[in-house]
Amino acid sequence: MTLGSVPPKFKVSIDHDQCMDCGRCIENCSYGVYRREGDKILIESRKCTACLRCVSMCPRDAINITEKPIDYRSHPVWTREAREDIINQARSGKIILSGMGNARDLPIIYDNLLLDACQVTTPSIDPLREPMELRTYLGKKPSKLKFKKTESGDVELDTQLAPNLKLNTPIMIGHMSFGAISLNSQLSMAKAVKEIGTYMGAGEGGLHKNLYPYQDNMIVQVASGRFGVNIDYLERGAAIEVKIGQGAKPGIGGHLPGEKVNEEVSKTRMIPLGSDAISPAPHHDIYSIEDLVQLIRSLKEATEWKKPVFVKIAAVHSVARSAAGIARSSADAVVIDGFRGGTGAAPKVFRDHVGIPIETAIASVDQELRKQGVRNEISIIASGGIRSSADLAKSIALGADAVYIGTAALISLGCRVCGNCYRNLCPWGIATQRPDLVSRLDPEAGAVQVSNLIHGWTLELGELMGGAGINSIESLRGNRDRLRGYMLDEGMLNILDVLPAGA
Amino acid sequence: MCGIIGFIDRAKSRMDGSGIKAALSLMNERGSGEGAGYAAYGIYPEYADYYALHVFFDNMGEAKKKVDEILQLWGEIVHQEEIPNTPQPGLKKVHIPWRYFFKPSQNLIAGRMASENDVVMHIVMEVNEKINGATIFSSGKNMGVFKASGWPEDVANFYRIEDYKGYIWLAHHRYPTNSPEWWGGAHPFNLLNWSVVHNGEITSYGTNKRYVEGYGYKCTALTDTEVIAYLFDILGRQHGLSHEMIVRALVPPFWDDIDRMPEKEAMLNKAIRLTYGPALMNGPFSIVVGTDDGIVVFTDRIKLRPLVVGENGSKLYVSSEEAAIRTMDPEVKSIYTPRAGEPIIGRFI
Amino acid sequence: MKTVRIDAKGMHYTPLNQKIRAAVADGAEEIILDNVLGQRFIGDGLRGNVRIIINGVPGGDLGMFMSGPTCIVNGNAEHAPGNTMDSGMLIIHGSAGDAVAHSMRGGKVFVKNNIGYRGGIHMKQYEEEVRPVLVVGGTAHSFLGEYMAGGIVLVLGIGKEKAMTDIGIGSGIHGGEIIIRGEVDDYLLGLGARKFKFTESDLERIAPIIKTFCEQFGYDPTEFLDTNYTRIGPASSRPFASKYVWE
Repeated sequence: MTLGSVPPKFKVSIDHDQCMDCGRCIENCSYGVYRREGDKILIESRKCTACLRCVSMCPRDAINITEKPIDYRSHPVWTREAREDIINQARSGKIILSGMGNARDLPIIYDNLLLDACQVTTPSIDPLREPMELRTYLGKKPSKLKFKKTESGDVELDTQLAPNLKLNTPIMIGHMSFGAISLNSQLSMAKAVKEIGTYMGAGEGGLHKNLYPYQDNMIVQVASGRFGVNIDYLERGAAIEVKIGQGAKPGIGGHLPGEKVNEEVSKTRMIPLGSDAISPAPHHDIYSIEDLVQLIRSLKEATEWKKPVFVKIAAVHSVARSAAGIARSSADAVVIDGFRGGTGAAPKVFRDHVGIPIETAIASVDQELRKQGVRNEISIIASGGIRSSADLAKSIALGADAVYIGTAALISLGCRVCGNCYRNLCPWGIATQRPDLVSRLDPEAGAVQVSNLIHGWTLELGELMGGAGINSIESLRGNRDRLRGYMLDEGMLNILDVLPAGA
Repeated sequence: MCGIIGFIDRAKSRMDGSGIKAALSLMNERGSGEGAGYAAYGIYPEYADYYALHVFFDNMGEAKKKVDEILQLWGEIVHQEEIPNTPQPGLKKVHIPWRYFFKPSQNLIAGRMASENDVVMHIVMEVNEKINGATIFSSGKNMGVFKASGWPEDVANFYRIEDYKGYIWLAHHRYPTNSPEWWGGAHPFNLLNWSVVHNGEITSYGTNKRYVEGYGYKCTALTDTEVIAYLFDILGRQHGLSHEMIVRALVPPFWDDIDRMPEKEAMLNKAIRLTYGPALMNGPFSIVVGTDDGIVVFTDRIKLRPLVVGENGSKLYVSSEEAAIRTMDPEVKSIYTPRAGEPIIGRFI
Repeated sequence: MKTVRIDAKGMHYTPLNQKIRAAVADGAEEIILDNVLGQRFIGDGLRGNVRIIINGVPGGDLGMFMSGPTCIVNGNAEHAPGNTMDSGMLIIHGSAGDAVAHSMRGGKVFVKNNIGYRGGIHMKQYEEEVRPVLVVGGTAHSFLGEYMAGGIVLVLGIGKEKAMTDIGIGSGIHGGEIIIRGEVDDYLLGLGARKFKFTESDLERIAPIIKTFCEQFGYDPTEFLDTNYTRIGPASSRPFASKYVWE
């Protein structure tokens, strides 16, 4: 091997004046950066992922981590990343896998969208005193209602409503499977969504029995691998989601590596211990839109039409057309996952280069469904890189009914976005199945953190709506008149159908 | 900030426009003299079967020719003329107000449109969106809208409003905030027999606009109020909802209230909110809508704008201020303030 | 035995399934469906030990998510019978379409004649004792047992010169086995699939399956109880592991 090693990504140091030699850094680092030799703590910086577990556990703030202690000769084209990927592939001849979502430094459209507020012509609404309605129903809705008069002259509804999910706030937690993340992570989030009155996705990994108490707040997933899917599973979920694609890796399937398939994961997914769990790229019973309709209806028929069925697609160039096809099926909601969506592992070239931003996908899907006159009959759930209540409010103003958060929920559990989810070594007990690491995450405490986050965003959303003179979420949905684009080009403004700031 | 008035004589006895002119002028403080207008129902009994199309023309050349062509494509013009007007020193006549009495002809619409009303709606959208220099601002039967930029008295005198006799009157004085001052932006807004006057602002306009656009309506008046006329046309005419149900859909009860209702009623209200969520109107407003069979009056869900109701026998009055009602009818018997979101409906008896 | 007869002529699948569920709830042990023509999802998500006799041609996804019942089809079946089935049995006195036994986790699907493309695709197994079984009397088209993660696919090739002549057998297989009567040309095997010698102990293992199959369709099992089979299994339990390198 003539390539040698690449420079370490991080440099870890301990301020020995501060250090009290407690050894917490050694205990906490699952990557093996620290070790004790005699009375010294030795550091192997190359192993560091900047997960910051050691920093957060050090009682004396004695640890310092710097990024890129040694850099390459600067070059605008041949970035460090470009050079290191080439070196990696020159060594291996393989496809590069990576974790978390799109890591390219592309402009984030949310940041260039600005929200509106009232001044003289309309009053703001004060959510402290006045009603503020964030309740959201997801599912099929009639395009119009029929009424009939009873013999006694009362007016009665003559339209049957399809089952809908009732959300107290338009924030849900997206599908992260048991296997990809730990049971304690799922439990934390499940407790939180139950407490808040919203929902979380089970992911394509079945439903562990410890989650049964929270099943009324869980959406079960049917993906191409059909892991853990049987009639009990379908009946347990509050809704069923067919996963066609994922924003982090549109067009391809997924593999849960055999080393993550321990006994519990194997039981829940109903697959053998230690074998790879392979989700193929397509569902092998879906090769066309009418096959998707068949799968949706088979799910509805199996559950006697009592459950809403969602369909999740990755936001790709044709997202609007796909969503329109889905809207005309029996699906109750379409989930669109933008190219910043997270993942445990994805080929880097897909993660970073395939798909489109969620902001544009919401805008074009909403627009297309309106054009076809079916917008209000199906719900739109947006996901992929939603970081704050501002992103949430902007998503809804662009046309989403609700959002899924993923990475944000994991950050509320301790994740520092180090991007090493696939290694089964997550020191925060999130993306790992190693019992000693999983036990670091207390589901009770985790639940409080997750529900705090959702609660905080919900309060902020209410304030933003009040400031805009709106007291019901319906009136924010698709209300692009309350958005302005800042430093967005004309083409982008047209796609988003928003005016530039100042107009 | 605006002043609005609504009147109906439920016995269909007609009132001339002098009282409403005086009443609206009384509320001059509420406007800025940049737009005023009146709608009156029952004014064209001799043409009761014809659509009275009121049009603003910028010129009588190309624009007029195009409108004539569209109308002839769909039906017959039985009479047309400039809407009688008298120049006012305080009012700049920037348009020529014109009226057609028009009837779509059955053999021209057969197979192309479902009904006469659909044809007229189509013509209105087509002209307002595509023909430069022409705006149809009134398109009902046996009714008409008269509006312009100016103070209420000047607009009334310009159109000689006291010469018209109607059993429903709507009036409005504008303080434009969210849109440019132009004649078409003055209230009332009209489509077919729906006319709307509105005090306030609709913060849900973007959502409502996209909803009506999904049904083929084009928002061309550059102001939020026109969307209300279209919402009434969709919910009332196309979906066949009663006036009470339309108001329930536009300003529905809060979820907390629905949760406390008996099951059947709760289900009905839930269905309305789910189905008509995009039609829900938010923001501060009080609104009077003139219809085929009466007037519909309602406010926003937390009553951020004023509205007073007065009654005297078959006569029902509503206005932003009580003084306006007493100006029209010093003998008014009862005066009250309606509850937020609850419709006051005046129907012919 | 309590038998319920349902005339399915012109009936939509939802009311048909409702009638089936009602009959099962009412204690029916046998349900006979007459005049079935194209109704999808028969027995979808159905539990219990009921026998459903289907006279006619059922539509796609027969017995999908089914857990327990036995469906006997006197006719052909369409797309994906036994899709994601958990347990129970489908006995098809005819042929079936594509994706037969797709993702099936348990139970048995017996097809007297032929099946289409992607038969047994992504079949999987969880516990040793509940393994899904697909037996085809005739032949199967391409991509048989693709992505297979468990269970047994058996192709007998009755009346055929060669049991399998289509390519892509066992592409991406990482569990379970595909057993084919007679020899299989190497070029028919998909990526990640490998041939193994079929032994006496293999025969012992599959003999009960052969016997049950023959019982259903009136074949003499002794004709099939020899070692003239080819066994195809995974070359690795992690067929794609070598494609990837971490960042």
